[in-house]
Amino acid sequence: MTTSTPTRPEDLDPMTPAVGTRRKLPRYGGVGLYVAGLVVAGLLTLLSGFSWGLFAVYGVVLGCLVTYVGSRVVEGSRKATDRLVTSLVTSAFAIAMVPLVSLIYTVVSKGITRLDGTFFSNSMVGVVGEGGGAYHAIMGTLIITALASLISVPVGLLAAIYLVEYGRGKLKKALTFFVDVMTGIPSIVAGLFAYALFAIFFGPGVRFGLGGAVALSVLMIPVVVRSAEEVLKLVPNELREASYALGVPKWRTITKVVLPTAIAGLGTGVTLSIARVIGETAPLLVIVGITAATNFDPFDGRMATLPVYAYYQLTQPGVPPQFGIDRAWTAALVLIIIVMALNVVARLISRFFAPKTGR
Amino acid sequence: MTSLETPPRTADKPTRAVRSAGDRTFAGLSTGAGILILVVLAGVAAFLITESLDAISAPAADIAGGEGVWSYVGPLVFGTLLAAVIALLVATPLGVAIALFITYYAPKRIAATLGYLIDLLAAIPSVVYGFWGLAALAPAMVPFYAWAERNLGFIPLFAGPASATGRTMLTAGLVLAIMILPIISAISREVFVQAPALHREAALALGATRWEMIKMAVLPYGKSGVIGGSMLGLGRALGETLAVAIVLSVSGGVTFNLISSSNPSTIAANIALQFPESSGLGVSTLIFTGLVLFVITLAVNMLARYVVNRRADFSGAN
Repeated sequence: MTTSTPTRPEDLDPMTPAVGTRRKLPRYGGVGLYVAGLVVAGLLTLLSGFSWGLFAVYGVVLGCLVTYVGSRVVEGSRKATDRLVTSLVTSAFAIAMVPLVSLIYTVVSKGITRLDGTFFSNSMVGVVGEGGGAYHAIMGTLIITALASLISVPVGLLAAIYLVEYGRGKLKKALTFFVDVMTGIPSIVAGLFAYALFAIFFGPGVRFGLGGAVALSVLMIPVVVRSAEEVLKLVPNELREASYALGVPKWRTITKVVLPTAIAGLGTGVTLSIARVIGETAPLLVIVGITAATNFDPFDGRMATLPVYAYYQLTQPGVPPQFGIDRAWTAALVLIIIVMALNVVARLISRFFAPKTGR
Repeated sequence: MTSLETPPRTADKPTRAVRSAGDRTFAGLSTGAGILILVVLAGVAAFLITESLDAISAPAADIAGGEGVWSYVGPLVFGTLLAAVIALLVATPLGVAIALFITYYAPKRIAATLGYLIDLLAAIPSVVYGFWGLAALAPAMVPFYAWAERNLGFIPLFAGPASATGRTMLTAGLVLAIMILPIISAISREVFVQAPALHREAALALGATRWEMIKMAVLPYGKSGVIGGSMLGLGRALGETLAVAIVLSVSGGVTFNLISSSNPSTIAANIALQFPESSGLGVSTLIFTGLVLFVITLAVNMLARYVVNRRADFSGAN
């Protein structure tokens, strides 16, 4: 992260002893004080019935307070403020980890009950109560995401090539700006756009898979452009110039020199953009809808998709509700697994397909 | 381009670059892709306007609620802004602190991994956040809401009656805060890392503690990045759909009461909840609310990008 600086701030800290007689806490004194605060917080929480939430609140407040007071008594106010901020930012990071851990724990513990063969091999046709699965929804998600990638990747890559290799003047500026703005389009608006577009041709109430792919493309294209542009900019100009010097035309230079050099980064970017849209629910809810049966034809009729399936199984679980809710959590778990797997794949791509540097 | 130009062989030929058919096709294709993106963005606005015309021109009594589109969308806009502002107030300080932790406090060896952990928060689909908010966060907040009603009830925000399920505006705002945290911290990290090393080292050389160095050299430099990042987070929070639709218990109306179970809905959540069962004018009305949301987020995002880009123009980093 801070590779630009050879010297880390803590390496320069020995300025303090130069002040002379000022006393200093021992090496792990700050940590020790914070832990002492945590212990007091734990005891306090135990007095009034233990709960993790209460412990976190007391812990952070008391940890920071004890650190500040302790340091203030020994080292003076400037050092104490420094230690206070250190404990605050560290606590902030720890606080941010709480929802991540809690979320993964909740989804795994609730989703594991139905993570079985039936879930992956059955659709919801004729299922009331127990059993049933998400085969149709998983297929729908794969088909729609594949279609969306088929639209977004060529358009996004070409636009990125335009921005890096060809673009100049007002069009380039406008495109850069509006691609940035487009990354902020709410996903539900993308769904409404697809609906409004196809309602003109097919009449109101239109629901079909391709519409979902179009909606996802609106969300996916700017992500592809952004990441591809960053990567293409990293390709050294010397490579392009060497190619030109050999008399290779520009488009051959791009396809044979620039793109192969950047292929690892492009692959990572595309994978991450797929991970970004595969969990989108809102646009598919609007334009694709939901169905109980397996539908492989994205040009005709409603399709089930995993996120929408999860949403409906949770909100309309049927009677008795427990079976639907279990299916919903398992769908959420499968969704998380898919997204995490895509993230891992993206990292692997950037590791294994990176261009060989001389080192 | 210039490297490809060949000098004209004869005097009467134009002095333009000789480009092969492949070159022209490729340049045309990539320019076309760029233009297509702009067209799509314009198309989003155009189609939303076309499809919402019905609702705008319809007599007020025919719109759900019976008082016209503007009174229909009003409380929704209020709910959207309220949830997003709560999210922003919680996530901005937390995001900035996390960015500082990762860039200047965490041991260098594990800093990248810690950053990756925060980015994981951005990878989790919003419907899963909704599930978690409903099943884990909302029940966990119930005791706090009861406590807040008893002890802070004199503040209108905590007037109560406290929700027994925890599905309140504050819970929705907190879920949104967690969702926008990675955006704010990622952009803050980017600018904090770029703070000029000379300034930082000069501050330390004058005997500054680490916090004083950050206060003097990093924060002033990163200010506009933080502002831009939090506005991008705001844009995301405004448009977030499923998490709010699942977590929030909705009854309509305008209230600042954050801990009761009667809350205004947000535009996006309202569309998700109503759209599947709507037809005719109802659909048109919902598309109109979507248009309003689009305009709001577009304005917020454009402002945010303007702020972020302005920093890039004036910073010493380039």
